[in-house]
Amino acid sequence: MALDSEVLAEMYRRMVRIRRFDEKAIELVRKGYVPGAVHMTIGQEGEVVGACMALREDDYITGNHRSHGHPIAKGAETKPLMAELLGKRTGVCHGKGGSMHLADFKVGSLGESGIVASALPVATGAGLSAKLRGTDQVCVAFFGDGGANAGAFHEAINLAAVWALPVIYLCENNMYAVMTPISESAAVANIADRATAYSIPGVIVDGQDPLAVHAVVAEAVARARAGGGPSLIEAKTYRYREHAEFGGLDSSIPTYRSAEEVASWMERDPLPTFRARLEKDGALTDEALSAIESEVEAEIEEAVAFAKASPFPDPEEAFDDLYANPIVIRR
Amino acid sequence: MRELTYLQAIAEAGWQEMQRDPTVFVMGEDIRSGLFGATAGFLEEFGPERVRNTPISEAGFVGAAIGAAMTGMRPIVDMSISVFLYVAMDQVVSQAAKDTYLFGGQARIPIVIRSALFYGGSNAAHHSDRPYPMFMNVPGLKIITPATPYDAKGLLKSAIRDDDPVLSFEDCTLWYSKGDVPEDDYTVPLGSADVKHEGSDVTVVAIAGAVPHAIAAATKLAPDGISVEVVDPRSLVPLDRDTILRSVAKTGRLVVADPAHTTCSAASEISAIVVENAFGDLVAPILRVTTPDVQIPFSPPLERTLYPNAEKIAIAVRRVMESPVKASV
Repeated sequence: MALDSEVLAEMYRRMVRIRRFDEKAIELVRKGYVPGAVHMTIGQEGEVVGACMALREDDYITGNHRSHGHPIAKGAETKPLMAELLGKRTGVCHGKGGSMHLADFKVGSLGESGIVASALPVATGAGLSAKLRGTDQVCVAFFGDGGANAGAFHEAINLAAVWALPVIYLCENNMYAVMTPISESAAVANIADRATAYSIPGVIVDGQDPLAVHAVVAEAVARARAGGGPSLIEAKTYRYREHAEFGGLDSSIPTYRSAEEVASWMERDPLPTFRARLEKDGALTDEALSAIESEVEAEIEEAVAFAKASPFPDPEEAFDDLYANPIVIRR
Repeated sequence: MRELTYLQAIAEAGWQEMQRDPTVFVMGEDIRSGLFGATAGFLEEFGPERVRNTPISEAGFVGAAIGAAMTGMRPIVDMSISVFLYVAMDQVVSQAAKDTYLFGGQARIPIVIRSALFYGGSNAAHHSDRPYPMFMNVPGLKIITPATPYDAKGLLKSAIRDDDPVLSFEDCTLWYSKGDVPEDDYTVPLGSADVKHEGSDVTVVAIAGAVPHAIAAATKLAPDGISVEVVDPRSLVPLDRDTILRSVAKTGRLVVADPAHTTCSAASEISAIVVENAFGDLVAPILRVTTPDVQIPFSPPLERTLYPNAEKIAIAVRRVMESPVKASV
């Protein structure tokens, strides 16, 4: 499927947005502005954006602790996301969730889960809801290779398969659950091979290629909208950073990935690769691409300024939003 | 007034709410067959889309209910037996209880999880727990424990209309108890205790299946001139502290009868609340009548003696009537 240049430009814009957002976040972690653990999407922008660009705004996504890329790719504004990382009142979750639990319901981002694989059944439910309400919305559930070994993976996909729900389970296989290689934790060569167990399509795709991911997700989305049920897609990808930003502890992380392996994946960095391709194919000029980059640069600077300038919540706000229909909480 | 059993009242609540609101649907293991009777006939009335049999995947279908609730539906999950909640613990605690808060109020999770406190029938330790106290320790959940058919229907309707996750713990020892239940639409609000028996000497706060035992104890003690007030909290979260404290202010004595295990039971929490807020009203120490901290055995003579009953409650009431109270039993 040939995509028009506007879509391609937006795809590139969102990939750059994630990269710059995360680079800034690392800077802010180092300077002490961001409390808690932060997991970067850097290296995985191709699969995240390729998948989300195959969705409509009213479609849903769920995600995991490696969270920033998902809502950004789905179209969320970066200011409230950055403010959330800093624990500010203007944060998208009013400072209740932080980096690992971003959610932006306005764009169908139903939330990132700090518990691995825990949002997979929730995604199944969003698909069930679409079916019961008679809409043609779909839900994409992002999870990692680590999450593929949790029981919730099996229960969520089996249920969606039995009920033919419009859900796309997208495994972002970056080959390591923290530091444990997938070869030590799964007996199958590919997570997508497990689709056979649910009698649903299982597809492997190059996660560094946003167009390839877009194509397979678009096909799965079309099938889901038409009542054809769920799919399991495995995007082979790589995170360029460590599992999480450890602040001053970086030097204590043992070596678990060879320099050659890291280098070979770095060569296939989705951003420069996609940029070169767009230019070569004549989809976008170097000027247009540079303009996107500087616009995003400025946008992220604004997001940081907004986040820094925003007030922290009052301690009393810890008691807000526990319930939708509030009850008295003892102080 | 028409009489219904506790189970029939539960069924009627679900039936009427599904008629009233097309976003309400029910799912669970074997519910189309209506195994315990709470969903009998639902499939024929509401069709297969809204009456869903699930695989034995508690985490999967509780999570699915949460996702459906976040996106505009109001699922009722029939968990059949309360212990099965453990299999879905991550979904109940990490998602249902926390997502509204974690996401700064963006998520509404109007889900009701019904389950039976399935004790007293020789089903041994894997089926017989009364686990509501451990869920009281999870902020974000609401918890109802109806003790009569009237309350079961009214509380469930409130739970289904509530925008938060509600766990309904339905006591199987009450399943076939009968009581007046209006056919029309009424609700019992969460957080409103009910004085099930008025009295002036001792307050007995009784939970779920302990309520009829407490009333029986009150009746038994009346000829001896001991006047017992039985307060049924009806919902444990929110808990109607005011009604409990008001009763204790009147009687000065408190016994809490709770089928849960003793440690960190609902009885423990209620006792703490009374001590913190009404110590000056008390003329005797508080006593808890609970299930001792042992697992539930299979053999009837082993199981039968463990739970609160009228006799144990009556003994506790007599003890708090003696002042000062003698050393513990």
